[in-house]
This record gives sequence, C-alpha cells and structure tokens, in this order.
Amino acid sequence: MSFLTIQDLDVRLRGSGQRLLRGVSLEVAQGQVHGLVGESGAGKSMIGKAILDVLPRSVEIAGGRITLGETDLTALPAKARRHELGQRTALIPQDPLTALNPARRIGGQITDRLTRVLGWGAARADARAVELLDEVQISDPARVMKSYPHELSGGMRQRVLIAAAFAAEPELIIADEPTTALDVTVQKQILKMIAAMQAAHNTTMLFVTHDLGVVARVCQRVSVLFAGHVVEDADIHTLLSVPGHPYSQALLSATPRYDDPRASLRPVPQSVIDATRAEAEAHDV
Amino acid sequence: MSEVLIAVRNLEVSLPDMAHKLPMGRAPMIHILKGLNFDVPRGSVIGIVGESGSGKSTLGRAILRLIEPTAGTVIFDDEDITHTREKSLRGFRQKAQMIFQDPLSSLNPRHTILGLIAAPLTLRMGRAEARTRAAEALEMVGLPANFARRYPHEISGGQRQRVGIARAIAQRPTFILADEIASGLDVSSQAVILSLLQDLVRDLGLTLAFISHDLSVVRRLCDRTIVMEGGKIVEDAGTAALFTRPSSDYTRALIDAIPLPVVDQLW
Repeated sequence: MSFLTIQDLDVRLRGSGQRLLRGVSLEVAQGQVHGLVGESGAGKSMIGKAILDVLPRSVEIAGGRITLGETDLTALPAKARRHELGQRTALIPQDPLTALNPARRIGGQITDRLTRVLGWGAARADARAVELLDEVQISDPARVMKSYPHELSGGMRQRVLIAAAFAAEPELIIADEPTTALDVTVQKQILKMIAAMQAAHNTTMLFVTHDLGVVARVCQRVSVLFAGHVVEDADIHTLLSVPGHPYSQALLSATPRYDDPRASLRPVPQSVIDATRAEAEAHDV
Repeated sequence: MSEVLIAVRNLEVSLPDMAHKLPMGRAPMIHILKGLNFDVPRGSVIGIVGESGSGKSTLGRAILRLIEPTAGTVIFDDEDITHTREKSLRGFRQKAQMIFQDPLSSLNPRHTILGLIAAPLTLRMGRAEARTRAAEALEMVGLPANFARRYPHEISGGQRQRVGIARAIAQRPTFILADEIASGLDVSSQAVILSLLQDLVRDLGLTLAFISHDLSVVRRLCDRTIVMEGGKIVEDAGTAALFTRPSSDYTRALIDAIPLPVVDQLW
C-alpha cells in the first residue's frame, strides 16, 4: 500500500502548453526513500514542486492526481491543500544559504513552522528546536539558536535545515539536491545524517538528485527521468546492476567512478538521446 | 629544452584579511599558499584537487601570474615568470592559457562566438587571419560552422565550455590550465567535454593542469595528482597509486567520501 501516489501527472507551461512533465506516475510506500534522478531539465525538481504546490506561476498542472495517504491533494481547494501540506510535508532545499533568511536568527527559522502552522507555544517550540539541533549533531544548540546564518559553515546550515524539516514530524519530506553544494567529506556526513534521521522518524522521502552515487547511499527505489517522462522505475539494486532502459544504462556509464575509470565518463550516445526523446514525446499524442 | 615545463619553488601567496582589519590598523595577513614545490613535466596531465578553501584555484592563478605570489618562483619553459615585468610576459601569456568554469560569463554578451574566440588573437595578427584561426579552433572542438555567428546566451552549458576550449587552443598554447571546467555540467555533457579535452591535449601535445574538487574525474584524466589541504600539498603522486595506496589520511578520507553508484559500498 503506497503512501505517496502520483498518477499521470502532466505539468505544462502556461500559454505555449509546452510539456514539462509527461504522465509521471510513481508510488512510494510509507517509510521508504524514493529517488528521482535525471539531468537538468528532466523534471525531477518539478515533481517535488508540484507535490508541495510551489510551482512557478508560469507553470500549471494540466492533469493527473497526487495522493498523500487517503487525501487526494489535487482534488482539494487551494486553501485546504496548503493547510494539509503545511501539516504533513516538509522540504530540505538545495542551497542552505539562500534558503535561510540572513537577517533572522536560526532559532526562529526552525520554530516558525511549529508556532505558526501547528500553533505551539514559543517555549515548547524552542525546546523542540534544541532537541532537533542536538539530534543533527550540532554541538552547542543553544548558541546556534541565537546565531545568524552567515556565522555557520555550509555543512552546519544544511544540518539546521534538516532539523527544521524534521521538527514538526512531517509524514513526507522532499529533499531537493540537499548535498549538491557541499564538499564530498561534508556531503558524506550530511547523507549519513539524513539517512539516520529518516530511519529514526520513519519518514517517507522523495530524494531529488542528479548523482547516482548519492542515490545508491539513501534510496530504496528510483525513478529515472528524461524530458519529463519516467523512463525507468526500479529498485536500486536492479537499476545499478542491470538497468533496464538504454538511457539508464548510458547515464550509469557517464557517471565518473574512481574504482573503474575506464568504464566511466562515457558520453551518452546521441542515438540513445534521440530514441529516449522520441519515447517521451510519443506520450503526448 | 628541459623535460620540466613548469617548476614551482617555495610558492607562497598571502592576502590581507579585510574581515579582521581594525579601523586605522593594518589587516592581518592570511596565508593562502604555504610554500609549495612541484614540477609539471612536459606533455603530462596533472590534477590539482582539494575541497573548497584548500587553495587549488589560487595555485592555478599564481602559476599563470594572474595574482602576484608573495614569495617563491614559478619557472615556465626555463623562464622565471614571477620576477619579470608584465611587459616581457607576452610570450608566456600566449603559451599558457586558462579555461574557466563558465568561460563566457565574463565576456561581452554582444559579441558573436567567433568574435570572442578571435578577439585575443587580434593583438598579434590581422583581423582576417584571427577569424580564420578562430574558425579552425571552432571546428577542432566539434562545433558546426554556423555557431560562429551565435551569441553566448544562445548556446548550452556544454557548448559554452567547448567555446572556452576553442578560445584557449586558438592561441596555440603549450600549456592549458582548466579550473573546474566540468563542475557545472550534467554527467552526460561532463563526459563529452572531458573526452574532447583529453583528445585535444593528446593530439596537440599539450601539457594540462586540471583543477577539480572531483577525484573521480581526476582519476580518469590525470597522470599525476596533487592533493591540497589548507594551502599545503598533502600528497603528490601518480594518480593510479594515489587511489590504490594513498599515503595521507586526508587523501584516504576524500576518496572514501565519494559516493559510488553501487549498493554495497561500505560507508
């Protein structure tokens, strides 16, 4: 029984009608981490934005259904949908610097959601924030609560955002390239932390990334996207050992690997790109 | 002609730390490069890796004398380029070229691709000759002739990087410094750009220094790799050996932190 279900999601550019997502379907069981991989423009972030109802104004949902538990989000009126999303979902964004307000102390930025959306008292929210900062292994939570974003390193800021995402115990977290801006050693710590937090809180996660190595560390299942179309949906073992779609195979061979340099960094053949594009566009008619 | 194209000796770069400058006082100095020594053999491909703030880009800029070293020397093609006046660096400026992460962001958006490649050549030759040579370079990086009349904003990231490479090779250099040239690209464009660079370096007999934060890319491309941390070289070894038997704990940690697309990696 899946917890997050997306059925035939179509997203288009207003006006021109250009298709950004072409009948995307996926199912994520409760407590699972599902990866969305693909290159820039493939639509992987667009799926997360459609779920969270934060699509750019120039873009609209032209069809399909998004269901969270028993709730059909797409059928709800806008206000009720926002309320539902605020209560049950959270986002871990890519860039920890722009996601935090530079003029506000960290504490308030973590507790916002607790006080404003869930209606908690300030003292209770603060205590919860300190608890969460401790859980993401920030050594002096009380001090960090009073700090401004520029006083923290990139890795620290990303921990703060992870703490903020988990603070209200959401049922679904969407992580949008959360480690792309980080150095590899910091990325490793952050990925381990996200995996540990996800397991401890049994949160369902949708994990957007372009890096198949990252997917292998955190996801149980993966959808591979190309031109807004899911070309393959497989469990992580299958995708990495016997990828079913030629595009998935090509993407895997293009990924740099220090353990097998000759079999890595292979350009994706134009024939594969053309065939995959034709397959995606065939969905339009 | 010696075997060594570039010899770096006791290279130091320090800059004033304006964030900690007191009013009316002198700013304390930050030591960015702390006495580096290494050679780049002619015709080799050398990787310079490290995390952000390790000093790898500063090192690249100091080698090309785009910033003034505080101490030490860089010998390029048997010539000391650190203690000469800018005027006498003309030959060096042509022989040593740089490719940036986004090579077109700093160039005039109102010039065509061909114009951008030809511009630096016009210092040394007539306009017509410069444009012919620019067109040749465009062909060498595999861009169709009709790209010549396009503008930077009309082309994709991978194509912009090809233009960056064309701009460098049009100068007929002996040495190219590539600073994070594949970092902003998707894996498929990354693979295309790196194999193009690799082929050109081999065919033209160039020497290449490749600065990157990505060790797996360096593994594929470089004969030798220098690992930097906090403005120092922590390891300088053949690339294959560096990966199989890293001598420093820092290198080991960097390698171990790279996520591989396999499910059974021990983390």
